[in-house]
Amino acid sequence: MRILIIEDDHEAARYIFKGLGEAGHVVVVEGDGEAGLQIARDEEFDTLIVDRMLPRRDGLSIISILREEGNITPVLILSALGDVDERVKGLRAGGDDYLTKPYAFTELLARIDALTRRRHPEQACTQFSVGDLEIDLLSRNVQRSGKLVNLQPREFRLLEYLMRHAGQVVTRTMLLENVWDYHFDPQTNVIDVHISRLRAKIDRDFHSALLHTVRGAGYMIRDETEATT
Amino acid sequence: MLSVITILAYVYLNTSVLLSRQTNETIDAEITGLAEQYRSGGLKMLVRIVTQRSQASRTGGVYLLTMRDGRRLAGNIPGMPPGGTGSDWVEFAFVDPGNVEDGEHIALARRFRLAGGYRLLVGRDIDALQNFNILIRSTFAWALALTLLLGLGGGLLISRNFLARIEQITNTSRTIIAGDLARRIPVIGSNDEIDQLSGSLNDMLDEIELLMAISRQVTDNVAHDLRTPLSRMRARIEDVVRLPRDSDSYREALELTLEDIDRLMGIFNALLSIARIESSVMRDQMASVELSAVLADTVELYEPLAEERSITLRCDIEKELAIHGDRQLLGQAFANLIDNAIKYAPGCEKYGSRANGLTFSIAAQQLDQSVEIILADNGPGIIPDDRERVFSRFVRLEQSRTEPGSGLGLSLVAAVLRLHGGSIRLEDNEPGLRIVINLPTP
Repeated sequence: MRILIIEDDHEAARYIFKGLGEAGHVVVVEGDGEAGLQIARDEEFDTLIVDRMLPRRDGLSIISILREEGNITPVLILSALGDVDERVKGLRAGGDDYLTKPYAFTELLARIDALTRRRHPEQACTQFSVGDLEIDLLSRNVQRSGKLVNLQPREFRLLEYLMRHAGQVVTRTMLLENVWDYHFDPQTNVIDVHISRLRAKIDRDFHSALLHTVRGAGYMIRDETEATT
Repeated sequence: MLSVITILAYVYLNTSVLLSRQTNETIDAEITGLAEQYRSGGLKMLVRIVTQRSQASRTGGVYLLTMRDGRRLAGNIPGMPPGGTGSDWVEFAFVDPGNVEDGEHIALARRFRLAGGYRLLVGRDIDALQNFNILIRSTFAWALALTLLLGLGGGLLISRNFLARIEQITNTSRTIIAGDLARRIPVIGSNDEIDQLSGSLNDMLDEIELLMAISRQVTDNVAHDLRTPLSRMRARIEDVVRLPRDSDSYREALELTLEDIDRLMGIFNALLSIARIESSVMRDQMASVELSAVLADTVELYEPLAEERSITLRCDIEKELAIHGDRQLLGQAFANLIDNAIKYAPGCEKYGSRANGLTFSIAAQQLDQSVEIILADNGPGIIPDDRERVFSRFVRLEQSRTEPGSGLGLSLVAAVLRLHGGSIRLEDNEPGLRIVINLPTP
């Protein structure tokens, strides 16, 4: 993936550059708003990472201009302004996701993966499968190895989100935001308990596990046998 | 002052003009009347009437009837005042023959020439009138002087008192600016405007002092709560860099440090959120929120955790309870409350352990003008002395020291409820804790 970072904190930009490079992405860094807007117009990127406060032109106006010009490249906004109203402003300007500083790099990586995936036509798809696990969004059926799995509505939405991002790390915050629409950190590991419930239903009675815990980052649904062969 | 002078002058002029005009009119009327008598009844009749009227005592009337050569025919004054031969007005001094000891009087009179060369004089003793005029003038002069004196003196007194009290306020505020926050402006109890001003200024100072105390306490707590993890991190890093170590030790130290930093960041974020909520800027983005749904969502979020710890969750939430508010903040507040109940359930001192027989219930119902939410458990509860304290920032009760947490959870709850114009109180559930929340409905 080709990713453009517009961030004036060189130290922070260097870490993102290095980390994303190690994750296999091609990264371009710009340090000010005008130059960033210019290169975003001229070249093709899969994702833009835009800081809100930039010299010469602020992040939100870059996004608004690109959107007005018909550019639909996914944008992840980085900001030290973390409150819900600031997030709403960012998303209203045309951003696709919002991450508050300081953030864990794994969080950033997971969100970028989720964003780039969003562009693919899969969005309109109503059926997903990972290994022998299948989910049908229309009939609201979940099957594993041909056997019907009975899920509560919230468990269904949790599984749906994981399946849409199969093979990608999904963080606890992403789950809380997308499945519950809550933008705060729960104090205890409430999400973990929901995951283990879901795991009991889709993994426990079967020969291989599909729902994995990624240490220090979150969760991922993936068929490991498929990945290794 | 000017108005008083104007009023007095007006009254004086009106009265004296009216009185003298009345006198003139009376004299005119009498002369006309007497001339008439003379025409119809002749000289004899006139002499009789003039004599009669002259003898009527104390009427103040002055009469004289003379022949052509000036000889007196009737009347109560000795002779015509000098000068003039026709009909004219005269003012002259005379002595009342019946009252000689009174001395000279002033009379205003009209002279009239009758047919046959007789002259008639009819007048009035205007001493009384003039005395009255003098009396009015002096009374008014005194009134004016008194008014001036009282006005000036009173004004001076009032303004001196006023200025002194203003100066007192100025002095007090200077002392307060200089750092003595405990000083207050004296209130004398007269309940006038200055007293009321002093009262409200004092109330404002009380509020400021309270806020200062809170902020000082928060700063102390922040310093304490941040210094502990910071010194721990410093010690750990110092330990691994002092001597060469293997890479596993470095990794372990860094990972632990990362956790500490995340915890510190969590505290910072929580503090900033509370400050932001308390500054009320978030009121702008409030909308209609279905409280029933927020409560149900939050309960649902915690339900698996409660089940894992063998806590029975009971729900009795009325449908379609709606308030004006912020869904995210309300969700976070309820999450904090449920989180606390689960975290501090007996037997749950360590994460993952089970609480036996604990029940947590959450009920919500529409009251007259508000929604009442009651969260109750049969856990350890909070002793009455601690019930106010737990809402302060960084306050953690002894029993909770072992659980992860910043001591900011309930402060955030209190701030969110205040933003929504609601209230919260803690009660004894016998046994356990009962939290009663009230949120106003639109």
